Amino acid sequence: MGIELIIGAIKAVVIVVMVLNLAGLLLWFERKGSALIQDRVGANRAAVFGIGRRLGLPNLGLMNTLLADPIKLFTKEDFAPDGADRFLHGLAPFLALFPVLVAFAVVPIGDVLKIGSYSINLQAADLNVAALYILATLGVGVYGIALGGWASNNRWALLGGIRASAQMISYDLAMGLAIIAVVITYGTLDLQEICRIQGGVWFGWIPRWGILVQPVSFILLLTAGMAESKRVPFDLPEGESELVAGYFTEYSGGKQAVFMMTDFAEIVLVSVLITTFFFGGWQVPWLYRDGFHFPGGAYLALPNVVVAIAGVAAFFIKTLVFCWLQILVRWTLPRFRYDQLMRLGWKGLVPLGLANLLVTAFIVVAVEAKY
Amino acid sequence: MPLWLFIFLAVVAIIGAFGVIIQRSPVHCLLALALTLFDIGVLFIGLGAETVGFLQIIIYVGAIMVLFLFVIWLLNLQTEADGGGHLALKFFGSTAAAALAAELFVFFSKAAAPTARMGLVAKDYGSIELLARMLFSDYLVGFEVTSVLLLAAIVGAIALARRTPAELVRSGSTVKSGSGARCRRRWAISWG
Repeated sequence: MGIELIIGAIKAVVIVVMVLNLAGLLLWFERKGSALIQDRVGANRAAVFGIGRRLGLPNLGLMNTLLADPIKLFTKEDFAPDGADRFLHGLAPFLALFPVLVAFAVVPIGDVLKIGSYSINLQAADLNVAALYILATLGVGVYGIALGGWASNNRWALLGGIRASAQMISYDLAMGLAIIAVVITYGTLDLQEICRIQGGVWFGWIPRWGILVQPVSFILLLTAGMAESKRVPFDLPEGESELVAGYFTEYSGGKQAVFMMTDFAEIVLVSVLITTFFFGGWQVPWLYRDGFHFPGGAYLALPNVVVAIAGVAAFFIKTLVFCWLQILVRWTLPRFRYDQLMRLGWKGLVPLGLANLLVTAFIVVAVEAKY
Repeated sequence: MPLWLFIFLAVVAIIGAFGVIIQRSPVHCLLALALTLFDIGVLFIGLGAETVGFLQIIIYVGAIMVLFLFVIWLLNLQTEADGGGHLALKFFGSTAAAALAAELFVFFSKAAAPTARMGLVAKDYGSIELLARMLFSDYLVGFEVTSVLLLAAIVGAIALARRTPAELVRSGSTVKSGSGARCRRRWAISWG
């Protein structure tokens, strides 16, 4: 009991710390990436005693993004505007961040790792209704944004909050439909099980990844997920040319940093969900529990530890690829108009999701097979 | 579920329920209600009904309460200055509350001790498979009737809220000028 509790605690801490670090790193990724896209230099200031320059290294702006900015944000005055609901104003950022972070509890980051006599399932919470859990956390996530907008006693913030909650509710539906179609295909709601099913190959060489059976769901989940994270082209709740900064107009310092962190954690969550549902999660093509079985018949035996670590590495590489894709989309497309946003959600994604669900259900019943 | 956890969740639920009625600001009341519903969802999960618990959180906390929030904002409800409400309303409210309390008291004092009635639940109790099998076999008629009812409600709501193109043009033409009328007329044309 004792050691299992410790293992569980370590898993939980490791996953949360990884997500938070990844969120911080994405901020740097985004600053430098957007600079690359727009032909700028990007973050390049701040260094500790000029060490990098003395060694002749280029300044990549890591210091000011990952160290100076957070210190600045968290040492700023904790400010709430006049007439604001101080309690909710303080609570809202955490109400936004918390559901996103707890959602990662059911995400499997790897297969079973065997250390001595213990076999550790690389997933913080082994829940058999994990897909429902994810939907529940996404649903609860609306509150932080909506209340942040309301509690600021500012019309721009309130408009941003209303826009955000309308948008998130609308796209929750498309997201739910995408996830349900995936669940019907695999016949389970357990994310670890979904990853396991995606192991193996078709025709001797094609990995059995979900993207090949549920391409429509993939598009739905990617689009709805980006709308949920409220970034360009779906950033109407922030819309700085219309609403100053939307729901976090009246936020500064640490609280604003928490909202920003939420955005990045949501990007990571969407990437993680896409990886898990459609790209095999921690599966490496042709890698099984005992080692590689290459298509030609070649075989390379590997110890369990190497296989487990390769799985975790594959999971993170895939996740980073989709984080990068979202950042790329953000810096490429312009913002939607509000009616376009709603039309895309209700007249585009929801009917598409329903049709996809219907077709999936028919096929699953017709072949009487769960994948 | 350990007893201490149950007691904790029950106390939170009761505090939340009190919060709904004793707070002045409608948004605070709504948050207290959301807390109560969330807490009951967690209680369901703790009692082994995981599917129902998560559905409770998704539907009630994630959707219906947000809808309530919209209604509060759209009606622009303000914080109540005094206790509020008519005397008659207070009278009926307290009478109903007293009746409910008496009913619960009688019910629980007559009912057998809970341990006597508690049978062993099946291993897959509360699982999504069992729930689905029940819904699509034993309770199929009720389930389908409910879904038809909901569909009818959705269609009815849209029919009530939607204005026909002719109505839109008429309402647009009654306004002398202004971008609102032009906008509405354009909207009508695009519908027609």
